[in-house]
Amino acid sequence: MATGVATDSNRLAYTGGVLAPAAQARTARRWGWLLYAEYRLTSMRAYLQTIVIRSIGLPLLYLASMGLGLGALVDSGAGGVDGVSYLVFVAPGLLVSSIVMEATGEFTYPVMSGFKWQKHFFAAAASPVRPGQIAVGEVVAVGLRFLIETVVFWLALLLFGAVTAATSWLVILIAPLAALAFGAPLLAFAATQTDEGAQFAFIQRFVVMPMFLFAGTFFPLGAMPWYLQWIGWISPMWHGTQLARVVCFGMPNPVWLSVLHLVVLLVTAVAGTWFAVRIFTRRLTR
Amino acid sequence: MSVIQARSLVKSYGDLNAVDGIDFDVAAGESFGLLGPNGAGKSTTMRMIGGTSLRTSGTLSVLGMDPETHGPEVRANLGVIPQQDNLDTELRVRDNLITYGRYFGLPRSYLQRRADDLLEFAQLTDKAGEKVDNLSGGMKRRLTIARGLINEPRILLLDEPTTGLDPQARHILWDRLFRLKEEGVTLVVTTHFMDEAEQLCDRLVVMDRGRIVAEGSPAQLIRQYCTREVLEVRFGSERNAAVVQQLGDVAERLEVLPDRILLYTDDGEAALERVTSLGLQPLTSLVRRSSLEDVFLRLTGRSLID
Amino acid sequence: MTVLSGLYAGNVRAVLERGFKVIGTQNWAILVSGFFEPVFYLLAMGFGLGGLVGQVTGPNGTPMTYVAFIAPALLATSAMNGAIYDSTWNVFFKMRFGRLYEAMLSTSLGPLDVAAGEIAMALFRGLLYACGFLGVMAVLGIATSWWALAMVPVALLIALGFAAVGMAVTSWFTSFQQMELINIVLLPMFMFSSTLFPIDVYPQAVQWFIQALPLWHGVELMRQLSIGAFGPMTAVHLAYFGVMSVLGVAFCTVRLRALFLR
Repeated sequence: MATGVATDSNRLAYTGGVLAPAAQARTARRWGWLLYAEYRLTSMRAYLQTIVIRSIGLPLLYLASMGLGLGALVDSGAGGVDGVSYLVFVAPGLLVSSIVMEATGEFTYPVMSGFKWQKHFFAAAASPVRPGQIAVGEVVAVGLRFLIETVVFWLALLLFGAVTAATSWLVILIAPLAALAFGAPLLAFAATQTDEGAQFAFIQRFVVMPMFLFAGTFFPLGAMPWYLQWIGWISPMWHGTQLARVVCFGMPNPVWLSVLHLVVLLVTAVAGTWFAVRIFTRRLTR
Repeated sequence: MSVIQARSLVKSYGDLNAVDGIDFDVAAGESFGLLGPNGAGKSTTMRMIGGTSLRTSGTLSVLGMDPETHGPEVRANLGVIPQQDNLDTELRVRDNLITYGRYFGLPRSYLQRRADDLLEFAQLTDKAGEKVDNLSGGMKRRLTIARGLINEPRILLLDEPTTGLDPQARHILWDRLFRLKEEGVTLVVTTHFMDEAEQLCDRLVVMDRGRIVAEGSPAQLIRQYCTREVLEVRFGSERNAAVVQQLGDVAERLEVLPDRILLYTDDGEAALERVTSLGLQPLTSLVRRSSLEDVFLRLTGRSLID
Repeated sequence: MTVLSGLYAGNVRAVLERGFKVIGTQNWAILVSGFFEPVFYLLAMGFGLGGLVGQVTGPNGTPMTYVAFIAPALLATSAMNGAIYDSTWNVFFKMRFGRLYEAMLSTSLGPLDVAAGEIAMALFRGLLYACGFLGVMAVLGIATSWWALAMVPVALLIALGFAAVGMAVTSWFTSFQQMELINIVLLPMFMFSSTLFPIDVYPQAVQWFIQALPLWHGVELMRQLSIGAFGPMTAVHLAYFGVMSVLGVAFCTVRLRALFLR
């Protein structure tokens, strides 16, 4: 490799080895979102250990405690739910809810950091990548990570015998979609925030926790009084969980309702991303 | 041939005109300075050049392109060094360069080589595997500059490159920037340090409250707005104001600052003799050459670092 | 005492005064919001899931509703979580980012003053939450014995044990990744410590392991207090936390230099 002396005699400004600026710009115009997503995935390497431990440990933990431990209690009480054992009933809910909750971690503080603390959004915006592409890249990178985690979780479900239908592999798409249906609007919201206050802690306590507890993960919405059931209807987590139950153990559900779940998730994810693109563009070009 | 051309450039935030109708040209290979105090509109101008701040009115052309409509094309030619380092603290030093280069769509094989060359240039080769947090302020700054060079930019935008660095770190940085200049890179530098502007810039504009108040080379500006030398005298904060009356004819021009009086004259020693011959005994006196600081004081009536 | 030399200036009060001033000026909603998490758990699991579970067997074979079964466990867990948060993340943040301790320790305060003050503040917050949660239990009619009042001091004892150990452990941590280990330990402990279901579904060896963990003792003790049904294990649970608190405080004191004076 170049020694100090050799480098000094080299030209630094133009080595001639670089892609022509026009070609850089063409690549960035088309693939900027992917280039940014690539960076985002690279930066996840820093906490790869945590991700791996969590994505393998969490399903095992949930299934062993909620599935088996709590399941024994419920099965001896109510004799299962929706005609299946509690383990089979709760497993899709645990999968979807834990992936959705991951979205909270990725789309709150890191977003504030990108704009305010570490400012890596501004660094990226000074390259040929455009602001809107940064927002899309965030969604793509985090979605990809969710996809991989969902596969691991799904394998754990197979291991525990917690799925009974052949269509269960479809959760691999459903869970990340549900996570983005919650995460993309959250990304847009986080991008509007300029002050580090308690807003994210509030979201955790008053949006995410209630969604986890009341939106059909551990018991059907019908087990709650009617005046609390709206919590499920407005939660991406519930729509995702219901869809996951249909594909995992063939939970009886009218076709129109399953389609509605899917439409709600798609519309929310796309609309959230659209808002995020607008807000990123506004904030990075002001 | 000018690589950057601004005409009647305006940027408003609500009622405030951060940049208030400025015109300037930057020639290829030139080292161009934007000089002024905090809030003068320098950083906003820089961001408009990169298309990361949308102008309110006026025209701006960078390498013949409008940065607003051709952001990616313009930025592919730019290296941007922001005022505050925005390095990625989750990545190691060398990875910072490589991942940033990927934003330009540059191939990894090129980036591996380029990163090594740039680390050498920034004198960070032995820190390649280090965490960013473990670098000193000067090292971080050099890494940010190295990062800005990853795409072999034709124009380098440096926003306050040495603010917050100790004198030794500043000189190392100036030396590196000088080398780039020698290689023909166009430098656009904002600074509120006079010595930095004099060191680095072939030509500069002085900005104040969003407007350009003067333009020229450092030497020209000093010649135009100042005398060759300055005599600084202190009589103690109590007496300064009273003494001014008697100093009227001693120099071409006087500036009274809270702690001292500046006497502008072509011969400082002679002026000092005239002062003492008036029977005034300053507590301290200093004869020095005029600097851009004096130009700024003359142009705005305020000193640069408030 | 040589261990304490240079560590203690006898001015915990100054640290406490600052703590109360912060509570006074900070967003009250933040303080209040901490109360809701265990309550949400209680309502969702207790009533939603409770309908599927039916009756559960509590201490000394007493039949209990599911809500009454999990409520004391949630109180124990929330005492643990609050204390751990205050003594680990909070301390870590203030040390690395707020540089608060740097300022405090450049006065005549010693590390022990700071540590004792922080732990006392954590206990104060724990006291508020424990009282609030007990109030909720009373309203729901699931605190059936006067002994339930003793759940408040016991919550503080549990909090003290966890806070002291948590702070001592934090003295070894230097990065966020390492701090994550805390959650990796706490979450499984919460799930398996007979909080939401009895542990007799697991093999004997697993049960022994769970019974060695502090939260299990806290949960069982709280459950006994909530209905006033005691047994020989009551003394074991109390002793466990007594010993844990004493050892934790001693351990924490020994590690203070490593924690604050690095």
